Amino acid sequence: MTAASQGAPGFSLSRFADTILPKLVIAPTVLACLIGFYAFIGWTAWLSFTESRLLPRYEWAGFVQYIELFGNDRWWTAMQNLAVFGGLFIFFGLLIGLVMAVLLDQKIRGEGAIRTIYLYPMALSFIVTGTAWKWILNPGLGVEKLLHDWGFTGVVFDWIINPDFAIYTVVIAGIWQSSGFVMALFLAGLRGVDDSIIKAAQMDGASLPTIYTRIIIPSLRPVFLSAFMILAHIAVKSFDLVMALTGGGPGFATDLPSIFMYQHGFTRGQLGLGAASAMMMLFTVAAVVMPFLYSELRRERRG
Amino acid sequence: MAELAYHQTTGAKVARYVIYAVLIAMVLFYLAPLFVMLSTSFKSLDEIRTGNLLSLPSSISFDAWRAAWSSACTGIECGGMAPYFSNSLKMMIPAVLISTLVGAFNGYILSMWRFKGSDTFFLLLLIGTFLPFQVIILPMAQVLGMLEIEDSTTRLILVHVIYGLQFTTLFFRNYYVTVPGELVSAARIDGAGFFRIFFKILLPISIPTIMVCLIWQTTQIWNDFLFGVIFSSGDGQPITVALNNLVNTSTGVKQYNVDMAAAIIAALPTLIVYAIGGKYFVRGLTAGAVKG
Repeated sequence: MTAASQGAPGFSLSRFADTILPKLVIAPTVLACLIGFYAFIGWTAWLSFTESRLLPRYEWAGFVQYIELFGNDRWWTAMQNLAVFGGLFIFFGLLIGLVMAVLLDQKIRGEGAIRTIYLYPMALSFIVTGTAWKWILNPGLGVEKLLHDWGFTGVVFDWIINPDFAIYTVVIAGIWQSSGFVMALFLAGLRGVDDSIIKAAQMDGASLPTIYTRIIIPSLRPVFLSAFMILAHIAVKSFDLVMALTGGGPGFATDLPSIFMYQHGFTRGQLGLGAASAMMMLFTVAAVVMPFLYSELRRERRG
Repeated sequence: MAELAYHQTTGAKVARYVIYAVLIAMVLFYLAPLFVMLSTSFKSLDEIRTGNLLSLPSSISFDAWRAAWSSACTGIECGGMAPYFSNSLKMMIPAVLISTLVGAFNGYILSMWRFKGSDTFFLLLLIGTFLPFQVIILPMAQVLGMLEIEDSTTRLILVHVIYGLQFTTLFFRNYYVTVPGELVSAARIDGAGFFRIFFKILLPISIPTIMVCLIWQTTQIWNDFLFGVIFSSGDGQPITVALNNLVNTSTGVKQYNVDMAAAIIAALPTLIVYAIGGKYFVRGLTAGAVKG
């Protein structure tokens, strides 16, 4: 029962104000949301069906931009990079996050301090993270030099300037920034597991690893789902990290759809193509998010 | 469940050593970049060339810090990070306060004053948290041009408020639905109106949610790069854009020590926020990110 429906009967100025005021106060947000999200998506979609270049044009031109996009090698390189980066980033993010959470859940001395350290990169801007790792990974003075100084003189570690390996440096920096957060999600999940089930399993003589792999970890399914969603979302949107770390290079070795979109839409005067690539990014996110949102909503309706 | 690990067999003891070793190795992995940044920022360029990542500076020099703050070149401008630091502050403070206050009202309305269509609207707002911003930046750039808002800071405040409201509304709505409705209906019978109930009853019990919201918005807005690089220009740019310009400007000798000092300057405000409000930070991350 909401407050508005419980007021005393009869008309008065203040009661009247109370029916109008809530709508009046929320109106700007409704407007901002409808325009800022939904009308703008329609606008971007419209632009993607025009021949807009430096300036927007609104004459219908059919699928020209999509045809150009799908015939564009750089776009496919960017999508391929996203698949490699996204796949590794999500997989190792989940793995490291889960392992750290399980280990931290063993009554560890100084758990609070350790957690704080694991999570602080999440407070940083991806630009700062990119800057730091760019310096650490630079071949002349970075990790390679360190290894040489330690006596491993033959070691070559030039991933950041090597087109075949540069994408992995983005994965390393991304995981450094985000895995602590995944750990925090899993740890919260672990703390919510019902102790009595575990005690019962223990009575039956199940060993600790068995209890984890058979009982506890499977019960964390919802956490896996949210963590996967968040990591996938970060991966698709990734822009600043790559801009600071490699600038999309060497060549297009670390190019991503977000960078493709930014450069065509804003610096190369290819509005239509930029809009088409933005729509493809939306579809990519939707493909990942829809199943999750659907199950979330169903759960909320049931619960 | 952790007491399971307390069987004091030899195997369990070894297992605990391994656990601590792994945890400490990870601590070092997370701390190493911060250590490298700090130590590099205190070195001279010569020492950077002769030493390595983990070598400590032989003497502490603040030259790089001074240069990063007031004289390093970010493109054609050579005024260091100071002006951009202040840009980011001027943009962040109003944007955080406005989006938090409006979000609090929205959450209050969407939980206590539901109207026809309010649940649909909440759903639309929720979906908004999932959208990649790339799909709205082209029209936004057009609209800002049409509105003839020239000032970078004003532009960024507007954009950050609009695209922060979904999160702030979500935080407050999710908190207010847990507040018993009787509290509000009792106040209404006593004759309290819309604003009175909000300010006298709900706001005072919302401090934790307000903290989560302030911290979430502060880190989001301070750390933003996408909106900054697109909607601001020249000397109106936020610090993330300036840092990227500084690091990726390839004129003259690369001054790694200045880069690192500048990066720490750009990171400091959110690190401080994390140090002070870590508890709320984590709560915001888990609550906001599960939906975003």
